[in-house]
Amino acid sequence: MNDQVRYYEPYVSPLDPCPPRRVKSYITPPQLFIPFQPPNLPQFHPYEALMHGTLWPALYSPYGPQKVRQEEEGDD
Amino acid sequence: MWVYEKKLQYPVRVSKCDPLMAKFLLEQYGGADGELAAALRYLNQRYSIPDKVIGLLTDIGTEEFAHLEMIATMVYKLTKDATPDQMRAAGLGDHYAAHDNALFYQNASGVPWTAAYIQAKGDPIADLYEDIAAEEKARATYQWLIDLTDDVDLQDSLKFLREREIVHSLRFREAVEILKEKRDEKIYY
Repeated sequence: MNDQVRYYEPYVSPLDPCPPRRVKSYITPPQLFIPFQPPNLPQFHPYEALMHGTLWPALYSPYGPQKVRQEEEGDD
Repeated sequence: MWVYEKKLQYPVRVSKCDPLMAKFLLEQYGGADGELAAALRYLNQRYSIPDKVIGLLTDIGTEEFAHLEMIATMVYKLTKDATPDQMRAAGLGDHYAAHDNALFYQNASGVPWTAAYIQAKGDPIADLYEDIAAEEKARATYQWLIDLTDDVDLQDSLKFLREREIVHSLRFREAVEILKEKRDEKIYY
C-alpha cells in the first residue's frame, strides 16, 4: 500500500441517492515529513532523476489516475 | 453571536442519483439570488437600518444560513459518491478540475460568488426594496429548480424553501409599512 495516501471512512447514510464510496483518500506527499532536507540523501541515477522530476527518492511522489482503485485497496 | 443546532431546518431527502441536478442547485448556493448572498446581504444591512427592523433582518439573515445548509446537503448528497467520469458526464468536469468533489460558492454556470451581488445603500427603503426583490427572485429560482427535477423528495425540500421566500418577502414588505408610519411621532405640539 502507498504510504503517501491516507484513508478515511465518511458517514454513509442509508438514504444516499447514489451508490456510496465507503472509503475516501487524500494525498500526504513527502514534503510534509521533511522539515529541512538533510544533506547526503540517497540519489536517483541522473537519467532516472530527469524523468522523475527530482534527484532524491525521498522527495518522489508518484501519482496516477487511480484514486478509486486506491480507495478500494484501502477498504481491505 | 449565534447558537448552532446540529440539525437541518427542514429534512433533506434526495432519492434520485442525479449529479447534474447538483450543478443546477448551485444557483441557490453561490448564485446572485442564492442563500449565501441573501444571508450576507441582510446581516450586513441591519447595522444601518432603523432599530424597529434590525431584528427582522437578523432573524431572516440567520434563517438564510439554515437554508444554505440545506442546499449544501442536497449538493453534497448528489456529488459525494460521483467518480471523475460521472462528474464529467454530469457537466461538472470543469468543477472537478478545480474542486474535486468539494462544494464551492459558485452559480450553476460556475461563476464564483461575488459581493457585487449584494448591496447596502444606507437608505432603508432602497435596502428593503432590494431585499423584497431578492426574495422574489429566489422564489422564482426555486420554481425553476422544482421544474428541473422529478425527484419528489428533493422537490419537497425545495417547495419548503420556496414557501419561506414568500413569507420573507411579506415580512420585508411589512417592514416597509412600519417605516412609512408616523405612529410614534408626536403630531401635536
